[in-house]
Amino acid sequence: MNVPDNTSLVVGVGNLYRSDDAVGILVARHLQELADPRLHILEHSGEGVSLMESWKGRDHVILVDAVSSDAPPGTLHCINAVEEPVPAKFLSCSSHNFGLAEAIEMSRALDQLPRRLQVFGIEGENFQPGERLSAKVEAILKKVIDKILQQVS
Amino acid sequence: MKKKTRNIKVDYLARVEGEGALHIKIEDDKVSDVKLKIFEPPRFFEAFLRDRDFREAPDITARICGICPVAYQMSAVHAMENALGVKVDGPLRDLRRLIYCGEWIESHALHIYMLHAPDFLGYEDAIRMAKDHKDIVERGLKLKKTGNEIVALLGGREIHPINVRVGGFYKVFSKNDLEPLKENLKWARDAALETVRWTAKFPFQDFEQDYEFVALNHPTEYPFNEGRLVSSKGLDIDVAEYENYFEEEHVEHSNALHSVLKGGGSYFVGPMARFNLNFDRLSPMARQAAEEAGLKGACRNPFQSIIVRSVEVLYACDEALRILESYEKPERPYIEAEPKEGVGFSCTEAPRGILYHRYKIDGDGKILEAKIVPPTSQNQKTIENDLWNFVPKYMDLPQDKLTWQCEQAIRNYDPCISCATHFLKLDIERT
Repeated sequence: MNVPDNTSLVVGVGNLYRSDDAVGILVARHLQELADPRLHILEHSGEGVSLMESWKGRDHVILVDAVSSDAPPGTLHCINAVEEPVPAKFLSCSSHNFGLAEAIEMSRALDQLPRRLQVFGIEGENFQPGERLSAKVEAILKKVIDKILQQVS
Repeated sequence: MKKKTRNIKVDYLARVEGEGALHIKIEDDKVSDVKLKIFEPPRFFEAFLRDRDFREAPDITARICGICPVAYQMSAVHAMENALGVKVDGPLRDLRRLIYCGEWIESHALHIYMLHAPDFLGYEDAIRMAKDHKDIVERGLKLKKTGNEIVALLGGREIHPINVRVGGFYKVFSKNDLEPLKENLKWARDAALETVRWTAKFPFQDFEQDYEFVALNHPTEYPFNEGRLVSSKGLDIDVAEYENYFEEEHVEHSNALHSVLKGGGSYFVGPMARFNLNFDRLSPMARQAAEEAGLKGACRNPFQSIIVRSVEVLYACDEALRILESYEKPERPYIEAEPKEGVGFSCTEAPRGILYHRYKIDGDGKILEAKIVPPTSQNQKTIENDLWNFVPKYMDLPQDKLTWQCEQAIRNYDPCISCATHFLKLDIERT
C-alpha cells in the first residue's frame, strides 16, 4: 500500500449493518473528517489476512473494533498488543474466524508486528442486523476519538 | 436394561467463518439426533433492499460477507441485467471473470492454509502451525495477497469493492494498468501447483458419499457468472427456473432456512460440485495437476475438498493470466441500463458455491422484492447428513477426538456462517 510511513495507521473494523459492530467504522469516519495529517485511516471488515497486510511495515497502528465480553456496554478496553496477547474470544464478535485477534497472534508468530500496536475495543450491546448504535456505545464515541488523538500527540 | 446415552457438545466451532452451533446425540452407540443450528437468517438484507434503487444492490449486498463481496456483487449485477435485458460481453465480461478469479484465490487460500490445513497436520490452529511451518504459512499468506491485489485494483479498494456496477464498472483499466498483476500471478500459479501437491499428500479419512452435486455449467468455460444449473443426477435447468426446483424449508431447530431440491432432498454446492461437473472445462494445467493428485475427474470425499480448492486456485491464477494476455481496454466502462419493470434472476459461483439472487423491480428501478440464497444455507442439510453417516464410524473415539473429527467434517464445507447468519454457536453433545 502506498502510504506515507510516518503517519499512525488507524484501522476501524466492523460491519455497518450489524448495529454496534459498526462502531469501529464510525470512529474511523469521524477521524477521517478531522483530516489530521498525522493519521492514515482505513475502514476494514476484519478479515485477518488483509488486516496483517494493512499494518505490514508500519511503526504505529491503532485498531478499533467492537467487543463482546461481559463488561457493561460502552466500556472501552485498551490493549497494548505488542506486550500482551489479545484473547481470541474477546474479539470474536467479528463475523470471521480468522479475524483481528488471530491476525495479531499470527503476526506475532511470524515476527511481523508493528513496533506499537494498540487495540481499542468498545463493548457493544446489540449485534443484530440494523444500522443504529445503542445509546451507551454512541455515548463513548467522542472519548474513543480523543484517546486516539492523544496517542499521536 | 438402562439406555446408554452420550451427548457431544461443542459450544463454539473453531475455524469456521462466523460462529456455529452443532448438537449431536448418541444413544446406545447409535446417532439419534444431529442439529446444525443457525440462529439468524439473512432476511435483514432482503428487507433492507426493498424500496432501494436497483443500482444500489451490488454495494449493499457486498456488505453481507467480508470474504466474498465480489460474489454478492456479481450475482446482483447479473440479476439486474437479466431483469433489464442488458448483455455485458467482451472485455467488460473478461474483467468480471478476472475480479472473480481474485476472490476465489483469496477465499480458497484463506481456507486451505489458515483454516483447513491445521486439521490434517495435527495443529489446533494456523498460528501454532506457523511456528513449525513458517515458510508454508507465508506461502499461503502471499498467495492470498495475490488474490487481494486483483480485487483491490479492479474493485477500487481491498475491502468491500466499490467499482462494480450494473452494466460494467465505474472505471476501467488500460492494459498497462493491469500489467503489474502479472508478475505476482505467475509466482502464484507456481505456488498453487505446489499447494495441490502439498495437500494431495495429507492423510484423508475414507468417507465417500452418494451426493447430488449442483453447479453452473457453461459450454466452454469453467463457470463463474454464466451457465445452466446442472446436477450429477440429471438436473439441467435455466437459472430462472431455480425456484421451481429448489425450495427453502423451515427447520425447527434453526431460524435459517435449509435449501433442498423439491422431492429430492439435500444437495452439494461448492468447489467439489464445480470440479465434478466441469472437469473438462479446467485449463490443461489445472486438469493435469488434479490428475497427478489422484483426482481423475471425480471427487466424492469431502475431506479431499482441500485438494479441489487448491486445483481451483491454480485454475484461477491460470485463467487470470490468460485474461490479462488478451485484454484490451473496453471503449466504455459500462453499458447504460435504463430502468424498466421486470424480474431478474442470477446464479454465480461464489467460492463456496452457487449464490442465487432474484429481484423484482418497478418501472422507476425501485426494488420491490429481493431474494438471496447463499451457498452455505444450500449445503447445510448435506453437512448434517455427513455427520449422521460419519459419527458411527468413529463412535469409539474419546470425546475430545470425536468432537474434533466432527468439527473437521463441518470445515470440509468452508461454511461461511456470516453469509447465512452472523452468530452461530456450534454444540456437539454426547452423553
